[in-house]
Amino acid sequence: MPQPTKSWVYYNDRLARYLFISSAVLVSLIIICIIWFVGMQGLSTFREVSFLEFFTSSKWSPDSGQYGALTFIAGSIGTTLIAILLGGPLGLAGAVFLAEIAPPWVRAIMRPATDLFAGIPSVVYGYVGITVIVGFTRKITNSSTGYGMLAAGIVLAIMILPTVISLSEDALRSLPGSYKEASLALGATRWQTIWRVLVPAASPGILTAIILAMARAIGETMAVQMVIGNSPRFPDSLGSPTSTLTSNIVMEMGNTPYGSTWNNGLFMMAFILLVIALIMIILVRTASRKGAVR
Amino acid sequence: MKAHQANRFASILLWIGAVAILALLVAFLALILGRGLPYLTAEFFSGSDGVRGQLFNSFYILFLSLIFSLPIGLGAGIYMAEYAPQNRFTDLIRLSTESLASVPSIVFGLFGMIVFVNMFGLGFTILGGSATLALLNLPILVRVTEESLRAVPRSYREASLALGATMWQTLRKVILPTALPGLITGITLVAGRALGETAILIFTAGMNVSRILFDVNPLAAGETLAVHLFAVKSNPLPGTNSDQIADGTAALLILMVIVFNLCLSIPSRWLQYRLQGKNRG
Repeated sequence: MPQPTKSWVYYNDRLARYLFISSAVLVSLIIICIIWFVGMQGLSTFREVSFLEFFTSSKWSPDSGQYGALTFIAGSIGTTLIAILLGGPLGLAGAVFLAEIAPPWVRAIMRPATDLFAGIPSVVYGYVGITVIVGFTRKITNSSTGYGMLAAGIVLAIMILPTVISLSEDALRSLPGSYKEASLALGATRWQTIWRVLVPAASPGILTAIILAMARAIGETMAVQMVIGNSPRFPDSLGSPTSTLTSNIVMEMGNTPYGSTWNNGLFMMAFILLVIALIMIILVRTASRKGAVR
Repeated sequence: MKAHQANRFASILLWIGAVAILALLVAFLALILGRGLPYLTAEFFSGSDGVRGQLFNSFYILFLSLIFSLPIGLGAGIYMAEYAPQNRFTDLIRLSTESLASVPSIVFGLFGMIVFVNMFGLGFTILGGSATLALLNLPILVRVTEESLRAVPRSYREASLALGATMWQTLRKVILPTALPGLITGITLVAGRALGETAILIFTAGMNVSRILFDVNPLAAGETLAVHLFAVKSNPLPGTNSDQIADGTAALLILMVIVFNLCLSIPSRWLQYRLQGKNRG
């Protein structure tokens, strides 16, 4: 085999290739480092606190040595569920509308509008939550402050709209046109076609949208912290102040010395969030793989 | 005709849903701009508790974070689009990028705190903040780069390689220029997101502004506009007009988002137009 000419052109080409590979490897190393560092710091909580107490007790008073994080876990799950129940159907309706019903000029307005929604910083959502939504939840829950899971759930429902809309719309649009044509040719109405044919066929994509929206909602910090009320009380009603994993980290991180059990407990909460996010990614991969088999 | 009634009913419901979504956005913008715009005066920026320092920090941290993340993000994206074979290794890198994209920003913040604030002992710094923010940018950059390079037709590559160009020459002279509009859109998207990020910066760049105006020292603490809004809204200092500052800051942030969204569409459209014109001519 003849040797290639080893000019600088050749070496540049090799060098570029190695640089690209190493950046790709670096991206993998970063996620491993994050899991390792946050995990190590978080798991060292269990040198002082029992596993069972952390996950099943709702008594969080680090001053007297009680480290039960159930309140925060319940708060996070509760707000996320409210957000999905409110934002999911509305977002799906928006997606179906954009993919199947909207005239082109309406679409030309609505697509950039949802992008703008996605671009609004989360503190601004929190700010709107404090100035408007808390007043609204105070009225409908008859509570004294209005801060709590319902306020956080409403803010999150608005925040996840762009995720649900754009991903579900993409899923609906990527269906072969023959599905729709076949259904309409059989005499089905537009709604029957949407509901019985298109939405079921796009369900892996829609499921992905819902899962990613949940991931965004459970990890959202600033907006939630500003409207949840920040009291370490088990959420027994929609309108009473409580806390979530994220909001509690923001509240207490600044007051605790690095390396103390209290501080490690906060890192453990972050680790729980990280693990949930990773599980969601695996779920998304399974959902899209199912879609590919079809 | 039950089916037709259901059809009309559903259509009306979907229209209502769409109008509700748009109305929500309009209400958001009207509320924030309506409350905040009157406060956006010269005094708001340069007064005794003016926000010019925060405004500067926002862009400075954004700039540094892009410097950190662009080379790696573009490099990894190019690898995924042009070089990566279909194997376990590639799959692993793709999984890492997806996982990185799903990490909640507060987890990035705590990771940055362990590394920069505690391990390196820097305390709250602009450097730590922007390096951690770069981690948030990375996965989006990788995805955007990969998508825009994949959109370049195969024939372009084949033509260039057939003329005897190396892969690197092909990339630099053919693929990257063609993919430029998509790349610019992606970078603007990343920048807009990074500009509004808060949870990461609270734990890495801190909530103080340097006494020196427009301090470019990367080891100074650097509160950004978004962090400032959080600080004045959640812990209002007595005796300051914190509500007005919050209203003004929120309006300023929204204006920045709108400007970035405009930037998103105009230059990439212009570039596309120019490139297409050049290719035809």
